[in-house]
Order: sequence, then C-alpha cells, then structure tokens
Amino acid sequence: MPAPPCTSCHAARAALRRPRSGQALCGACFCSAFEAEVLHTVLAGRLLPPGAAVAVGASGGKDSTVLAHVLRGLAPRLGISLQLVAVDEGIGGYRDAALAAVRRQAARWELPLTVVAYEDLFGGWTMDAVARSTAGSGRSRSCCTFCGVLRRRALEEGARRVGATHIVTGHNADDMAETVLMNFLRGDAGRLARGGGLGSPGEGGALPRCRPLQFASQKEVVLYAHFRRLDYFSEECVYAPEAFRGHARDLLKRLEAARPSAVLDLVHSAERLALAASARPPRPGACSRCGALASRALCQACALLDGLNRGRPRLAIGKGRRGLDEQATPGTPGDPAQTPTPKAVPTF
Amino acid sequence: MAAPLSVEVEFGGGAELLFDGVKKHQVTLPGQEEPWDIRNLLVWITKNLLKERPELFIQGDSVRPGILVLINDADWELLGELDYQLQDQDSVLFISTLHGG
Repeated sequence: MPAPPCTSCHAARAALRRPRSGQALCGACFCSAFEAEVLHTVLAGRLLPPGAAVAVGASGGKDSTVLAHVLRGLAPRLGISLQLVAVDEGIGGYRDAALAAVRRQAARWELPLTVVAYEDLFGGWTMDAVARSTAGSGRSRSCCTFCGVLRRRALEEGARRVGATHIVTGHNADDMAETVLMNFLRGDAGRLARGGGLGSPGEGGALPRCRPLQFASQKEVVLYAHFRRLDYFSEECVYAPEAFRGHARDLLKRLEAARPSAVLDLVHSAERLALAASARPPRPGACSRCGALASRALCQACALLDGLNRGRPRLAIGKGRRGLDEQATPGTPGDPAQTPTPKAVPTF
Repeated sequence: MAAPLSVEVEFGGGAELLFDGVKKHQVTLPGQEEPWDIRNLLVWITKNLLKERPELFIQGDSVRPGILVLINDADWELLGELDYQLQDQDSVLFISTLHGG
C-alpha cells in the first residue's frame, strides 16, 4: 500500500510521520518544519542574539553536520556569523578520518575552520595516551570520562581563539535524555540540577553555550541529513563501547520502541525537577589553578590532568576526588597547557 | 506464490560496516511460495549479505532499535513495517543512528 499524501503540501507522498504530532509529511516539508523548529528554539530562548559570533563544535558527525547546515541557512535571518571549531582528541584511526570530513564540510560551506588538539592544550596528553594510562585499572576504562571534560575545555579554548561570543553544539533530544538517565543512575544531583534548560549562560567567564537541536529527536536528525543529502562521518569512536552512556542508550532505545515520546518526556521531566534542600550543590567558585568555574579547589579538567600526571588516573573520578582536594597544589591561575608532559606511568 | 524480485538494498550511517563496507547491493530475491515482505527480506539479508555481528543489525525478527528503515525513501512506519510486501524495483535503505554525532 502506498504512503498517504503529505498533509502539508498535499502534492507529494508522505515520507515520514512526526513522532509527537503524528503528522505525515513529505521529505521537503519535513525539512522545512525541522528548520522552522530550530529557528523557534533559538528565537524563543534568545539563544543567539543578532551580532553573535558563533563557534559550532564540529566533529564531522551527523549532529554537528546537521547543526552547521541548518544554522548556515538561518544565519542571515538571525544576523549571526558562523565558524567551525573541531577538537582533535588524538584518537588514532578515528579522529583523523572524522577531521577529514569536517575539512570537506568547511570547504563546501565556505566556513572558517579551527582545529584544537588535546596534545597541544593538555601537555601532550592525547586520548590514546589517557586510554593507555587508565587501562587495566580493574574496572572498565574510564577514558570517556576524561574526554567529556577535556573536550568541553578544548572547545572553549578554540572558540576563544577565534573570537567567538557563543558556542553551539549538536546535542539532540536523545543525547539529553541519555544524560538525564546517566545522572539518575549515578546519583549525580549536581548535574541533574544543572543539566536542564537551554544551555549555560556562561558563568565564571565561560562563553555562553547552547544546543539548538536539543528538542530534535536523533531519528529526525538522521532523516533530515538523509533528505538534504548531507555527507557526514558515521563511525563509532574506538573507545565508545566502554562508555557508561552505552547502557543508558540501550535502555532509551528499548523505552522509545514501547513509547515513542519517552525521549522528549525524559528531558522535560528533568527540566521540572526540584532538588531537596540537602541535595543542592554549593555555589561554584574558581579553580585555584586555572581560574575556571569549579565547585571544589580544582576544576574538573585540572583535577583529571593532575591525576594523570601523578600516575594516579582514577584520582579525580568519582569518590576518589575526596583525597585530591587536600593535595591540591595552589598554582598561578593560567593556561592548563602548562601541565608537565606525560611520563611513563605504572598501571594499577 | 511470489515471482523473483529485483530490489536495491542499501546501508548507511555506519550500518554498511557490517556488510563489508558495501553500501548498495542490487539483489535478486528468488521466487518462492510466500510473498516477499520485509520480515523475510531481513532473514534473507542476514543469511546472504551480513558479514559479522548479527546482533548489531537484527533483534528478534526485526531490526535493532536505532536502525531506520526507508522503503522507496519513505519511513517503513507509514508502509506497515515488517508486513510491507516488496514489489519489483523497490529500494530498501537501512540507516544506523547508533553512533556519536
């Protein structure tokens, strides 16, 4: 049986049904609706004011590819300028191929591209080196924990270098929902409290960040890329199978199959959470080493790097952090790239 | 009773890695008693095209959650999913969404 006609243009056959409204749309009308929704997210949240110099965190993957493409189309209307910032974590065989995709995109879209590398920013530590350092710790490797923190810092640094006023990333509704589940599963009240909303306004000197695709389901991001014939890099990071997020993702996919609105409902639930008084995190201060926003003596990036450099990579992860604060060496606030180069470390 | 069918089976979004990296496959499905639907196409694909790790493509008698199925560029949800009856010259595209973006 053929597909029903598009309920918007009534001319073409429908190509999909929107998960929330159940509306059947053809490819072209769906793409227009998708773009209109991103525009609405940005305007309603006042996320990117006219004159903003926006740095797009570009990985070559489906989300940042769709994000950059859509924002490029909306840029004249929003009155913003765009650049791409890509982070090279130093993952052999994976990141090089992804960066090649970003370079192709930058050329095709005629957007400036800046690449920032962990190796340069973090005293020689590539993710491959971190992975070797955290291997054999008994539990599953926690290198993804490092990468999440360091990538945020690297993106901040890259955006600053190009004079950006705002950072955008391609997180979609599924990413947000997975994060909510992960924070619940780990009892991370602080992150649950901070995680909702439309992004960070930029406290402690950090650039404001937002996620224009955060209400777009992953499925619709992929379908948009398909109908607009966008070329993106689609391999999984070599370390991803070890990440805790995989468990949350599997659970979310099964939930979604049973109840399609579960993804967005989870995100909305988190936005409406109020924490018990005893669970509320303290007001953050400044990192004693680099000056960035921190809830303890050292910010997470400095704490993680400290652990790596002392040959105790688990020092700043989870409960291990308690021991770290007493040992924090007060330093001059400055460039985290001044941490010493990695030395051979014993594996525990 | 189904006559032999010529269909194009395509893989994208990383799913092609399970099929030797080959994205487009022009296949001829043999004539058989039962009509060809997506359900038995999946069985045929698993037996004849899939090179590794079936659990990353199939779950039960359907695709793994997170793999989108487009039939002639339309979401299979609109066309009856597993029960859609294949026609000659149809194009079926499997796109994986299961990777970072």
